[in-house]
Amino acid sequence: MEIFALFDCIISPACLISQTAGGLKIGMLLFLVASGLTLVFGVLGVINFAHGALYMLGAYFSWQVMAVTGHFGLAVICGAIGVGIFGLLFERLLINKVYNADLLVQILLCYSVILILDDLVMIIWGDEFLSGIGVPEVFQIPPLFIFDAIIPPFHIAIVVISMIVALLLWLIMTKTKFGKLVRATAVNPKMLEALGVNTNVIKAGVFMLGSFLAGLGGALAASLGSVVSGMGNSIIIESFIVTVIGGMGSIGGAFIASIIIGMARSFGAVAMPLFTDGIMFLIMVLVLIMKPEGLMGKKK
Amino acid sequence: MKSINKYSRRKILKTTSAVAAAITLNSGFPAILKADNNIKIGVPTILSGRVAQLGISVNNALKMATDNFNSSGGLDGRNIELIVRDSRAKPDEAARVCRNFINSDKVDAIINAEASGASFAVQEVVRESGTLCLHTVSETSRLTADPSIRTWNAFRFSRQGIHDAVGSARYAATIIKEKGLKKWMSVNPDYAYGRDSDDTFFWALEKFSPGFEILGKGWPKIFQPDYTEVITQIAREKPDAIYTSLWGGDLVSFIDQAALYGIFKNTQLFAINLADYTTMSAVKNLPEGLHSATRYVAAWPDTDSNRNYDKSYTDLYGDHPTNWSWEASVGIDYLISAIRETGGTDNKKIAEYMKGKQKESFMGVGEGNTVTIRDNDQTIVDYSIGWGTTIPQDPFMNNIQAADWNTIAELEKEWLTDKGWL
Repeated sequence: MEIFALFDCIISPACLISQTAGGLKIGMLLFLVASGLTLVFGVLGVINFAHGALYMLGAYFSWQVMAVTGHFGLAVICGAIGVGIFGLLFERLLINKVYNADLLVQILLCYSVILILDDLVMIIWGDEFLSGIGVPEVFQIPPLFIFDAIIPPFHIAIVVISMIVALLLWLIMTKTKFGKLVRATAVNPKMLEALGVNTNVIKAGVFMLGSFLAGLGGALAASLGSVVSGMGNSIIIESFIVTVIGGMGSIGGAFIASIIIGMARSFGAVAMPLFTDGIMFLIMVLVLIMKPEGLMGKKK
Repeated sequence: MKSINKYSRRKILKTTSAVAAAITLNSGFPAILKADNNIKIGVPTILSGRVAQLGISVNNALKMATDNFNSSGGLDGRNIELIVRDSRAKPDEAARVCRNFINSDKVDAIINAEASGASFAVQEVVRESGTLCLHTVSETSRLTADPSIRTWNAFRFSRQGIHDAVGSARYAATIIKEKGLKKWMSVNPDYAYGRDSDDTFFWALEKFSPGFEILGKGWPKIFQPDYTEVITQIAREKPDAIYTSLWGGDLVSFIDQAALYGIFKNTQLFAINLADYTTMSAVKNLPEGLHSATRYVAAWPDTDSNRNYDKSYTDLYGDHPTNWSWEASVGIDYLISAIRETGGTDNKKIAEYMKGKQKESFMGVGEGNTVTIRDNDQTIVDYSIGWGTTIPQDPFMNNIQAADWNTIAELEKEWLTDKGWL
């Protein structure tokens, strides 16, 4: 453990800024994916292990649109919307059949979907990894130097986009009728049905929104690296850690937990480069011991 | 009840016997009684997930060679039958697939096209069974360097970490001298191969160019999508050079993400696994001047036989061979020669034939363009190792320098002595 390196980093403006900016970018990308996962769990009570596969689909869809149109913005938006629509079909055809089923049945269904989608993308797009969609031309400029810390402008864009998404999610969930119905569905769906609300529509809408967020995360990730079958498997573990730390079902909790994980990875790489994954799990264990419902979860 | 009683037991037996007899007569003898004369080779490899393309390139290379063998009459009419199965890159699955090859398929030999973790599992299976095994993918030196792991019936046809490390370090030393690179960092995947590669590279670099400083090491996990925490560390430390053994999609993501920080403007990247067609063609705007070992490129070795190999493969499959392809091709080439020369599939005779055997090959840089299976550790030597710099378009590499096998052999001995394996 290089604790002195961490101390040196914290007192150096260049290191502090670059690691903080890096941590923020890691956290915000993670938030896009984890927020969808926590939303689906909070409202529908489904642990959607196939969420990572939806993230992968977002990357592939955006790659396809980019290949056809060459337009970055369109590729990202279509990638996210495409996965949203796929999520709607997934929910209507499969997920709604297991809402009240045993947890093992839900996991089995999701795992089957992961295997099918992983193979399906290889059949459609080939088994070789694909070059990502790249960074839009406007951001292909030299990085910014702030107190000698290097910050790529595209990373700032990713953080801003994610912040806007977080704000919109908060507005939707707290200020709109749909948000109120979603929260009511999470608390007492039977009462809502008795009042004449079609909760199936609400549930499908929530799953669609969760899928959209996974797709958006995947599409943005495709701009920063290669696109490959199975790429969702690594992000799903981190997303679950975020969900557990933040509190199952809490979007605010997912936001805070994502930043914590981003910072843990960024500063952990300075202090304990061989234990960055371990730090994430350690934080999760600490939260589970001290506040089992998560940082912003509700006690049941 | 009436309808059931109408079919007496005797009637059912008669009918069943008649159907069975008809099937038997129609198809000759049951398959199990047929004399199966083919030479069977089991190939456990990775056909799904992130590196499936590499497993497929192994299958392509093997098929190219066995189709030639079979179409030229085989061995007295006996054809080679490849049985290729997916291990999903899991050691326990690779071991299970291998046991099935041996116990159920009764294979004559195994061409093991598994990554390092699974190769150790396969080695233990063939040690027990005595089945002939050709490792064609794993690069972890220990598989054949550690005498406690070796077995008489297993041979390595893949690159070996220590060989590449010495070749890499010698090349890096020339660039250090030329550009005055003092401060180093490394980024390697956090598993056996990455650690082995990091250790051996810096061990060898110390021999050629002592006095460098290591500012830090990044250990991203395999298949990690985001390398920001490692890249910010590099941006902060501003090393003169970086050594990496990341590979495939991981290397592509690392280079794409690091380019956003302008890392390669002032820092030399030594990426041992970059110069494979699948990787280079996937990097967005491949920066010029990155250093890489020649995993497989048609441009190196610069010989007609290598260019012909690339052309034959590309004509058949519409894509260039990979590093895994050439290793599999050389392995099957040896096996076919051994089968022909010994006149069968006796594993002891084939093993004796292979030990110390020197053979002409498109990847050979020994005398007369040969590679050799070294007698004492049954591992391939004198295969092509080159380092050069990238250019954004085909042939993707220039300024290629060949590694010197005398130096490799000398330092390998020293390394083996250090490890207590000699």
